[in-house]
Amino acid sequence: MTARRTVVTGVGVVAPGGVTRDRFWKTITEGRTATRRITFFDPSPFRSRIAAECDFDPVAAGLTEAERRRADRYVQFALACSIEALADSGLELTDAQRDRAGVVLGTAVGGTMALEQEYVTVSDSGRHWLVDHARGGPYLYQALVPSSLAADVACRHGLHGPAQVVSTGCTSGIDAIGYAHQLIADDEADVVLAGAADSPISPVTVASFDAIKATSPDNDDPAHASRPFDADRHGFVLAEGAAVLVLEEYGHARRRGAHVYCELAGYASRSNGYHMTGLRPDGLEMALAISAALKQARLAPEQVSYVSAHGSGTRQNDRHETAAFKRALGEAARRVPVSSIKSMVGHSLGAIGSIEMAACALAVEYGVVPPTANWATRDPECDLDYVPNVARELPVDVALSVGSGFGGFQSAMLFRRLPPAAVAA
Amino acid sequence: MSARAVVTGIGVVAPSGVGVDAHWATVASGTRRTGPITLFDPTPYPTRVAGEVPDFAAPTWAENRRLVQTDRWTHLGFAATRLALDDAGLPERAPDPYGYAVTLASSSGGNLFGQRELQRLWGGPSRTVGAYQSIAWFYAASVGQLSIHHQFKGPSGVLVSESAGGLDSLAHAVRTVRRGTPVVIAGATECPLSPYALACQLASGLLSGEADPARAYRPFDADAAGYVPAEGGAVFVVEEMGHALARGARIYGEVTGWGATHDAAHTGPDSAGDPAQYARAVRLALDRAAVAPGDVDVVLPDALGVPRYDRAEADALRAVFGSRPVPVTTQKPLTGRAHQGGSALDVATALLAFAHDTLPASAGPDRPADGCELDFLRSPRRPDSRVALVCARGFDGFNSALVLRGAAARPAPRPRRATVPGPTEGTDE
Repeated sequence: MTARRTVVTGVGVVAPGGVTRDRFWKTITEGRTATRRITFFDPSPFRSRIAAECDFDPVAAGLTEAERRRADRYVQFALACSIEALADSGLELTDAQRDRAGVVLGTAVGGTMALEQEYVTVSDSGRHWLVDHARGGPYLYQALVPSSLAADVACRHGLHGPAQVVSTGCTSGIDAIGYAHQLIADDEADVVLAGAADSPISPVTVASFDAIKATSPDNDDPAHASRPFDADRHGFVLAEGAAVLVLEEYGHARRRGAHVYCELAGYASRSNGYHMTGLRPDGLEMALAISAALKQARLAPEQVSYVSAHGSGTRQNDRHETAAFKRALGEAARRVPVSSIKSMVGHSLGAIGSIEMAACALAVEYGVVPPTANWATRDPECDLDYVPNVARELPVDVALSVGSGFGGFQSAMLFRRLPPAAVAA
Repeated sequence: MSARAVVTGIGVVAPSGVGVDAHWATVASGTRRTGPITLFDPTPYPTRVAGEVPDFAAPTWAENRRLVQTDRWTHLGFAATRLALDDAGLPERAPDPYGYAVTLASSSGGNLFGQRELQRLWGGPSRTVGAYQSIAWFYAASVGQLSIHHQFKGPSGVLVSESAGGLDSLAHAVRTVRRGTPVVIAGATECPLSPYALACQLASGLLSGEADPARAYRPFDADAAGYVPAEGGAVFVVEEMGHALARGARIYGEVTGWGATHDAAHTGPDSAGDPAQYARAVRLALDRAAVAPGDVDVVLPDALGVPRYDRAEADALRAVFGSRPVPVTTQKPLTGRAHQGGSALDVATALLAFAHDTLPASAGPDRPADGCELDFLRSPRRPDSRVALVCARGFDGFNSALVLRGAAARPAPRPRRATVPGPTEGTDE
């Protein structure tokens, strides 16, 4: 059997500053930041009071009344993205094809927002350990089990292939797409809606990151608070969002004359086995993941046109990551443009990995690399080309994206442009 | 792609007991281990029976530093993983870190820990949570901690497909082995037994309200009344066959087939799951294993205990196996249903059955419901083809099936310790 290849044929995005694929792309290529003071609740008791929120209208996104009623916010994001991505792909599935069409979505914290809201009700604001179940809403179980995310998307589109939620913390978004890719490569599915969603902007998540001082306390200037690779970075800015890609077996896409954004050419992950939240400065495991993904794609470091960094804006991450790029890419690391869109859309935990993969697909498509906004001061330990503040036009043949998460997970994925001849039906 | 994946270690931490011997004793004797909930006072709730791990002493399995950072669900995972490694004759720290990975399923995260922190945040004066909330509550907590402690540095994963995920984690372990990582830790543990997690489960409408533990969870029975929740599960060492043989490891069996489908329909009062999609998952698994339905020795079903779901499951099994009745055995009534941990536990039961050369009798039904008349194993018997089919469903439409081919029963040789092929940086193709 010849190896089955995976291509991207549809993209859907819900991101801060840009709900829908086109608005998202406009936001990040204009270098606009979508970080602001939290509006979902009164953030004044907390250390970090800023976030990147989505101005999301589920009706405009095409969700049914039943979906709006039953689905938690992060699931609604994924539904919206899946509708947009499928329309973008032009796929119209037959019944037989639905049996071979799956859903693999990532999330780091799942239904935390609904779980917390319901908890406040059933516990009478934390007064009772033995909560009053009779006061809970009808969809509490869906909130408890994040498998609801994949289930609701499968239900929406009538997909009977494998459905799965991948929850490896902040690498969930890359890992879910990677899992979907393996299903296609192993002939377990022909089409997979793959991506991730998170809506973690609720008090318990804000308090959790406060407790370990991971998020930025730059409350006086929210628009400039997410400062990846800048010497004056002070932590990440919490965000919400989602992205869903239509992944398709190459022959399947080719036969129907689909528009192909790019090929998923390589995916690998490693764990650092070091610390739940700490990173060793050498970046070894992220470098190993990058090298393994390159090897799979049969690409050399010099062939990488763009690196979409994890770039969370914490002191340790950006240093760790810069070291990883140098270790994996060698001299090529000095020349390749590296940027972090978290500078604009914040860090939506499990979702961001998929949002960054969507950005990579669009970068390949349009030949534009989004910038790192808010970059002003060079950090001697972060000395690569971070595409400061202004997007750059350049042909992107190969885009590399990486993620790094609590638990020590390090993931890398490569998108590659297909030559025009290979795309023609 | 042709690498074969075998199970060389099993760690059980479940209501049936801690360790494979305790679990097998429970299964072989058909002893029910469910009872009144003791982890909190269940008086206010319509469900007051559960399966709890008896006398679980977390400090036996991890030092205090790791215990305070983690939920009971993770503590159960610490224990199950150590037991599995020990059973496989592998050392506590991976000798070849990039050649070891861990992929567990988790359907609900750190519930007791999370509820304590929510109470502190909302009920306490300070509007804060502790420093470990950010690493204890989320679904990847167990896998991250295990990766660090045991130095599993290959491609790891955390899967969530409600109760079906225990099987999915084993399927993914095989994918990972075939891509070049020789040892993958797979399986699942759960602890959905906090007051708030129970309140959430009650909203599913599937829990049993029967107060008598002996009558509370009776899948396929005319008196089926829902399921009894449980904690615990099982963790496995899944190993590339050549790697296992090279170190003289005891082999329980091979994971030869798997299939997963989705109903594309929600669970609700008017739904029963889709027998056609369930049957399709089973056929996918049998086809992958190149096993004809007539060659299956025993089926361990999902056994939800909700009448309409039991009937749908029986319909699906009849659709696959036709007129030839296939022996069915379920031990879930003995332990309760530990969600992802429960489907993993069924895999442990199937592999142990082959190791003990005994297919255990089914724990019920006493009086099969209309439409649920399957060929339940009424007494233990010797295995024949040594092919087991394990099935699981997840809330809101997940169907998974796994085919295991058991190794011949033989006295376990003491495995040589950690004579492992040379180190690798791990591969992915």
